[in-house]
Amino acid sequence: MDFLQQFCQQALNGMSLGSIYALLALGYTMVYGIIQLINFAHGDILMVGAFVSYFVLRKWGITPVTLMLSFLPSMLFCLALGVIIEKTCYKPLRDQPRINALITAIGVSFFLENGARVIPAIGPNPRVFPTLPVVNYTWLGVSISRVQLLIFIVAIVLMLLLNYIVNFTKIGKAMRAVSYDKDAAYLMGINVDRVISFTFALGSALAAAAGILFASAYPQIEPYMGIMPGMKAFIAAVLGGIGSIPGAVLGGLILGIAETLTKGFLSSQLSDAIAFGLLILILVVRPSGLLGKPMGEKV
Amino acid sequence: MSKKKTTVTSFFVVVVVLLLLTIMVRYRVIDEYTSQVLTIAGINVIVALGLNLISGFTGQLALGHAGFMAVGAYTTAALMMKFNVPTFLAMIGGALMAALFGFLIGLPTLRLRGDYLAIVTLGFGEIIRVIMINLPELTGGPAGLKGIPPFTTNFQWRPVVSFAIVAVTMTLVIVFLSNLLKSSHGKAIISIREDEIAANAMGINVFYYKIFAFTISAFIGGLGGALYAPFFGYLSPNMFNFQKSVEFLIIVVLGGMGNLTGTVLAGIGLTYLQEILRFLKDYRLVIYPVILILVMIFQPSGVMGLFGNREFSLTALVNKLIGAPSSRPKSEEKAGEV
Repeated sequence: MDFLQQFCQQALNGMSLGSIYALLALGYTMVYGIIQLINFAHGDILMVGAFVSYFVLRKWGITPVTLMLSFLPSMLFCLALGVIIEKTCYKPLRDQPRINALITAIGVSFFLENGARVIPAIGPNPRVFPTLPVVNYTWLGVSISRVQLLIFIVAIVLMLLLNYIVNFTKIGKAMRAVSYDKDAAYLMGINVDRVISFTFALGSALAAAAGILFASAYPQIEPYMGIMPGMKAFIAAVLGGIGSIPGAVLGGLILGIAETLTKGFLSSQLSDAIAFGLLILILVVRPSGLLGKPMGEKV
Repeated sequence: MSKKKTTVTSFFVVVVVLLLLTIMVRYRVIDEYTSQVLTIAGINVIVALGLNLISGFTGQLALGHAGFMAVGAYTTAALMMKFNVPTFLAMIGGALMAALFGFLIGLPTLRLRGDYLAIVTLGFGEIIRVIMINLPELTGGPAGLKGIPPFTTNFQWRPVVSFAIVAVTMTLVIVFLSNLLKSSHGKAIISIREDEIAANAMGINVFYYKIFAFTISAFIGGLGGALYAPFFGYLSPNMFNFQKSVEFLIIVVLGGMGNLTGTVLAGIGLTYLQEILRFLKDYRLVIYPVILILVMIFQPSGVMGLFGNREFSLTALVNKLIGAPSSRPKSEEKAGEV
């Protein structure tokens, strides 16, 4: 039973990590679904979100209430940042080859990382993110911490909210239309520019929330903290089928569980290699991902 | 006859320029600091040329070239230190090992294109780095590998020899690539970039040529790494991270994708810029990505795009100088620019 218990514990830890990946993967998948761009800077938005919350919490002090309240400024800030990046860096490149936008995205990502590094208030050295005292709830030998509980609750609430926005609002309908066929949507009177900006805003706000959750779970924040979660979330998005919203959530959970199981039972060093190996495998075997639709190529 | 004469003259021009530069380094006309910077620039140019072959000419964005460089560097170091292989052979071995990795990474191109392929190459680069960290017997692990024997033990000659070896290698790579690109293989590669489906329809074995380009590109990247190992004498897996791969990409993009002259100019220019901007400390880290973004938005064809994406041609220059009629108006051979 001991093995089973440990397995369940690792799976639970994996699911909480996976929920963070899922939140981040949603941003990747929505942006890719709409403009076919891998937004490399998305992981760095997570970093910015964590830092905004860090400054807010340092000012207000850390209590459960302030932690929840700090989501608001952080998500708003990243929302604005996401829109600004889209308007200044990606919009001018929209009718150029996709590779150009991809390279620009890498540039934006490095700009955010190194920019954060040179801002004196952030700097290159890791900082300790304020955390609540650790409380564990144990049930059948499997324990769940308060931070993990927070991660699950926030992730589920945000995903339900996103689901509502995408499937049951007018702008969500516009988003789906643009991702289906941009030109046709434009002819139907949809303001494509606004929909794209809205998608970036939505994705960035989710990334900010993911950043706070990530920083609460691993309370060390530094300018380059977004790279690895960003990569993993991208892998999650591809795994689930890029462009597919349920796919992103599924991919995030699978990746999180795979990663913690590797860490728990194989080697902690190899977990990054496993994630990339998984990516290469899925791309070679089924490039459209688990829930994505295989797409034929148009000549 | 005239064509042969041009080739011979060009060859001599290149040899004389290289010799002159080496002599200038030896007698401190070019001081040691500058020659060191030029040597680093040369290595950067070599790797960037390799990247340009796959990303600029074949149109397959690769984001893991630092990984090939790492394979080349570590293999060279291991061959030299564990098996006492002579430097020159060890370097060839390093480059060949990188080529093998390039071949393996080229295989997924069968099914992947565009941004997916970019991510896979990125993933391979990261996996190589993680493996390097986890093989301490061969690579020294995260602490790095110290005491790699230099090109020569003679302290006074060391900068001269390093400079000369890098300069000659770079020249050879440039000559090789410009000739390759003029050959039918090169045309096949470029046709893949222009339109893969059309190239396929014209009977070009797209998969074969992609693998071919990947292997050669990795070989050249590995060669850069092989030069790196004895030149610095120290290797650490974190030298070859994603950031490094992007530095090469910036060189290629700034010079102009699919332009060898541009890569050489941008490689030397950016390496110099990095030195000049040292007084800015960390702020220079911000300048690089800003250059990348601005180039992509305002001048996506790079510096050489301003000159109609032409290549510097040594043979054309020689023809003009010796008064021979230019056999081909747009001949593309280019060499000797160190």
